[in-house]
Amino acid sequence: MSAPPLNDPGHGLRLLRQMLRVRRFEEKCVELYSAGKIRGFMHLYIGEEAVAVGVMEALREQDAVVATYREHGHALARGVPAGAVMAEMYGKLEGCSRGRGGSMHLFDAGARFYGGNAIVGGGLPLAIGLALADKLRGLDRVTACFFGDGAVAEGEFHETMNLAALWQLPVLFCCENNRYAMGTALERYESETDLALKAASYEMTAWSVDGMDVLAVEEAAQRAAAEVRDGGRPCFLELRTYRFRAHSMYDPDLYRSKEEIESYRQHDPIPALEALLRERGALADADLQALEQAVAGEIQEAVEFAEAGTWEPVEELERFVYWEGEAP
Amino acid sequence: MSAAAPTTTYRDALREAIREALLSDERVFLMGEDVGAYGGCFGVSKGLLAEFGPERIRDTPLSESAFVGAGIGAAMAGMRPIVEVMTVNFCLLALDQIMNNAATITHMSGGQFAVPIVIRMTTGAGRQVAAQHSHSLEGWLAHIPGLKLLAPATLKDARGMLAPALADPNPVLIFEHGSLYNLEGEPPPQAAVDIERAAIHRAGADVSLIAYGGTVRVAAEAAEQLAAAGIGAEVIDLRVLRPLDDATVLESVARTHRAVIVDEGWRSGSLAAEVSARLMESCFYELDAPVQRVCTAEVPMPYARHLEQAALPQPEAVVAAVERMVGARV
Repeated sequence: MSAPPLNDPGHGLRLLRQMLRVRRFEEKCVELYSAGKIRGFMHLYIGEEAVAVGVMEALREQDAVVATYREHGHALARGVPAGAVMAEMYGKLEGCSRGRGGSMHLFDAGARFYGGNAIVGGGLPLAIGLALADKLRGLDRVTACFFGDGAVAEGEFHETMNLAALWQLPVLFCCENNRYAMGTALERYESETDLALKAASYEMTAWSVDGMDVLAVEEAAQRAAAEVRDGGRPCFLELRTYRFRAHSMYDPDLYRSKEEIESYRQHDPIPALEALLRERGALADADLQALEQAVAGEIQEAVEFAEAGTWEPVEELERFVYWEGEAP
Repeated sequence: MSAAAPTTTYRDALREAIREALLSDERVFLMGEDVGAYGGCFGVSKGLLAEFGPERIRDTPLSESAFVGAGIGAAMAGMRPIVEVMTVNFCLLALDQIMNNAATITHMSGGQFAVPIVIRMTTGAGRQVAAQHSHSLEGWLAHIPGLKLLAPATLKDARGMLAPALADPNPVLIFEHGSLYNLEGEPPPQAAVDIERAAIHRAGADVSLIAYGGTVRVAAEAAEQLAAAGIGAEVIDLRVLRPLDDATVLESVARTHRAVIVDEGWRSGSLAAEVSARLMESCFYELDAPVQRVCTAEVPMPYARHLEQAALPQPEAVVAAVERMVGARV
């Protein structure tokens, strides 16, 4: 499918800004990881930004998001404040999960962001539950559920696809196919590598999208979200993307060639959109510089916010194991 | 002969509790395998589909992970799902959702999301259904912070535990022992019970028999035999398996100075081991004899009746344990 035309350069600039926020945020995270400020598992989204940014454009405030452990991009694009995300990665009380989740477990009730989930496929059943609640209450809401290609091999994927289609639940399934389940290539673990076809076999509308093209992602997400919203049924997008970095900070990245990575870098969604905007006369060097500066400023503020954050007193270790106070 | 007093069963008490919940709160719905058209594998939800319709009595595919996870998601979104996992054996297929989502999300989100789900399941052996359908895994699940576990052993608890479980903002697992569904007795009051405390099922002064779920009856039968020999056995029904009510147990043992724990789980790493450890930690100097445990033999449950019965905790084994403690023959 060819990319849709860019009708509104202003909107294009917004998409560029969102992708740059995610890219620069994570580049800063790498520095901070090396400096020992961030620890644990950290999975970078670099290369895949067009997916989260494009899909979020199709969501409304009342919609919900269920994400993966590679979810910095989803959180930022959904509107979770960068400072709260960074503070979470520092493990600070001011983090979006009070420092109890870390990189893989970003939550924000206000943004209806139902978490990064570090069990592959673990978020899929949650998403249909959120959607079931909406359906039972007659609420006009969509639940966007992100998961990777690796999740397609999990039983939970198939159970969830079946139940979503059987019960006609308003879920937008966003399969981020970056071609690797950690270090195992798709064709080495799936007998059928057309993931949209798998979803379609559960009687739901499903198609594949160039996940390196933010305009194509947005256009597809708008169409799919409309089908979910208006049709009251699930829809599935396979977003073909690629991560430029290793699986996690511990991954020596031995299972794919430098040439392969380089070939995908040629399709980096950020320079591609920049080029398009320049072509349309909507982006001059000075504009890009200003954009980069604004993004750098936001990230600097996020780092300062995290640095200035506090450590939760150890006396509070056992808080939130059970809900505090009355049932919500 | 006078007219028989009206009786009910454990099964009917459970059903009445579900009915009441569905009638009193529109956020409540029941979902699980065969809860609708079939009426529940053990007949607990018989008639509810006709009364409440398929939106609120939802038959599911055999997809334990998906429908338990869906219940968790619906609970996070403000509903009050009752999810039936048919039996504890099948909850293994949903353990990831129970442990990694239900039990963690409140904490992992820094207290932003509650998970007010109730998950019901049948537990236990004794019906000759062999190794894969006879588990007692309460001890495993009681290991997990973030969950609450209930084990109704009486009609009163079968009737009264669901309402407070649904009102609880945390995930609550309810274990219904398979041998109890036909338990008959006077209809219990239509009243919620507490879900914090253990109960003294039968009072006694000489030894505390600590049990839960299916073993409460085993302990009670042992207490009968001991009474005939002049030994007063107190039967403690734990009722709440997580968090454990230490106070009731410790208070009892501080009076009787002897404790036998009767647990249908395997001995190694069991709830009985946990209770025993707590007694050791908190009332060691009150004990006149080492704490004893009567548990299921450490074998996958065999099919043949005589072998199954030999594997399970029996009143005679409880009596023998007490004899060892008091140094007397009953």
